[in-house]
Amino acid sequence: MSLVLEGVSKVVDGRTHIHPTTLTFEKGTMNVLLGPTLAGKTSLMRLMAGLDKPASGRVIWNGEDVTGRRVQDRNIAMVYQQFINYPTLSVYENIASPLRLMRKSRAEIDAAVQKTADLMRLTPMLDRKPLELSGGQQQRCALARALVKEAGLVLLDEPLANLDYKLREELRAEIPKIFEESGAIFVYATTEPEEALLLGGNTATMWEGRVTQFGLTPEVYRKPVDATTARVFSDPPINFLPISKTGDRLLFGEGQSAPASGPLAALPDGRYTAGFRPNHLHLDASPRRTIAFRTKLHVTEITGSETFLHLDHGDARWVGLVHGVHDLELERPLTVYLDPAHVYLFGPDGMLAAPAAYALAA
Amino acid sequence: MARITLSNLAHSYLARPRSEADYALKRLDHVWDDGMAYALLGPSGCGKSTLLNIISGLQVPSEGRVLFGDKDVTNAPTAERNIAQVFQFPVVYDTMTVRQNLAFPLENRGADPAYVKKRVQEIAQMIGMEVELDRKARGLTADAKQKISLGRGMVREDVSAILFDEPLTVIDPHMKWELRTQLKALHRQFGHTMIYVTHDQTEALTFADKVVVMYDGEVVQMGTPTELFERPAHTFVGYFIGSPGMNVLPAKVSGNRAYVDGTEIALDAGYGALDGKIEIGVRPEFARLVAGDVGLPVKLRRVEDVGRHRIVRTEFFGREINIIAPEGASISPDMNRVVFDASRINVYADDHRVEGQAA
Repeated sequence: MSLVLEGVSKVVDGRTHIHPTTLTFEKGTMNVLLGPTLAGKTSLMRLMAGLDKPASGRVIWNGEDVTGRRVQDRNIAMVYQQFINYPTLSVYENIASPLRLMRKSRAEIDAAVQKTADLMRLTPMLDRKPLELSGGQQQRCALARALVKEAGLVLLDEPLANLDYKLREELRAEIPKIFEESGAIFVYATTEPEEALLLGGNTATMWEGRVTQFGLTPEVYRKPVDATTARVFSDPPINFLPISKTGDRLLFGEGQSAPASGPLAALPDGRYTAGFRPNHLHLDASPRRTIAFRTKLHVTEITGSETFLHLDHGDARWVGLVHGVHDLELERPLTVYLDPAHVYLFGPDGMLAAPAAYALAA
Repeated sequence: MARITLSNLAHSYLARPRSEADYALKRLDHVWDDGMAYALLGPSGCGKSTLLNIISGLQVPSEGRVLFGDKDVTNAPTAERNIAQVFQFPVVYDTMTVRQNLAFPLENRGADPAYVKKRVQEIAQMIGMEVELDRKARGLTADAKQKISLGRGMVREDVSAILFDEPLTVIDPHMKWELRTQLKALHRQFGHTMIYVTHDQTEALTFADKVVVMYDGEVVQMGTPTELFERPAHTFVGYFIGSPGMNVLPAKVSGNRAYVDGTEIALDAGYGALDGKIEIGVRPEFARLVAGDVGLPVKLRRVEDVGRHRIVRTEFFGREINIIAPEGASISPDMNRVVFDASRINVYADDHRVEGQAA
């Protein structure tokens, strides 16, 4: 079983929503489409499902060209951001509904509903109506309906976006388990890098209607091919700083420098853009954190167990992410420290010139 | 601006409440300081909207009093309370320009035109809409409209308080932090008394000086973000604040020792005789997975790599213990014990934190 997109594109009123895209998803894999709102995730999913016809290219399912075939005629399940359940039917009947459409026998339906309800921890709620459930349970009911028909392709479009963060936490941990038991091809759209990492599998990063990279999720995270991918796969966004390489030194602007060793040694001298993730900026120095940046702390945000630092560095706005809750004075100078092993280098064309040393070791 | 006193306040939607469970808002006695930012945080159904409605005058409490400064407003309608409100969805006059929308609350009260002009300019700068001031609100994005609502909530300097009811719900996730931080800056600059209702921990902790955590109609803790993180007063606060939440394990506590399913754990403080359901709580940040024979014996269930750190899920006699391990930390199969940082262990009796005696 496989799904192949062969140069599919989508154009609406002369505007390109999806540039020609080629991707292959194999049986039993989790595939994340990661990108900000309007990057093209939903459009690409609609092409996969056959809800929209591509302007060019072909959709191939198990070796068969299914371009333009109606979604009803293919075995596909979809779950959307909004929980869609039948409000007048019980949870049991909601889960059973796709099987009834497929005219399965009563015994088959009952067995499948019980099994899926058990997996989604809905067994005690089978007699209730969806509106009598919590938001998380309602979305589990919608997920159960998508899973019960054992579709070969399951498309999930930001299924957790409307849940509050504690329920999201819970379901995020459950989805990989469900997926492992199913064997279908899962495609999962999200705007959140952390969600992609938790889901694992493969990730396609998307930006302005293009897939910028496709590969194993941790690989794409640690070895982004270009600055755009690094930005898409970092929340808060990755920080950038123009730097230069001269001989065996990297020069960071205000007298800070680091040895250009390892993979950096072979790079030609010149100007580069350094990229480093928010969590690699630290409040304290250490023998490895040899680069100190003088910034101004503009504002802090606290997530419960971590603190975001919004920093002004020259004309650039940076973000730091540190463990713990820190009560820092705002609008004051703040020095932050960086280990040069955490620095990615991008060329003038935005392409990765050298990955961070730590990412090579990982 | 005003100090807000909630005196012996409680609310039941029933005519004759008989037990605690009949109260949507359980009894509370608070004084909220003038010029501070408060967040009411909790899951849906926790009573935070009931409390907000009592403060705004949409709901008369069944018991107790509300004072703005020294004035009893318990029964006063919203219009007499001199408050500004910002709701979940933008309330904007489409046919008016952004400038007219922002000026509306001032002009309505006959403010001096020169002052209105200056004030509107100030607010527009804070919400980053100076360029759009003279365009009609119609056709602006939901984000921009909500910014106007926020600006209009802030435009009067003489209000007793500004109330926000989940104001960032309609905002795109990538815009949220920007508005969150703008609100905080606005508070710093203007010093209004602000009350902000949300179910989102980041919004609450970022925005507020004091976070009021509510659970099941009860205020279970009012504290600074640091206090909520380090010393959750209730097991619910430990669970609700932080991702993943605090590990909570049934224990016996005696002096400066805790016993969890037969394993002894050293505590940093001493405890007298405790009654009720006794538990210890430790945040995943203060737990470590180690090899050896010291600590709680666990089974390693799963390691989730979220990039900046790893969440290690272990099982201890059928209960989950979560650990946060640094990025790149190696986790080997022989690691089968969990140890806690003694100074970070909290002790709970019937879900409420017990203060220990320093050893």
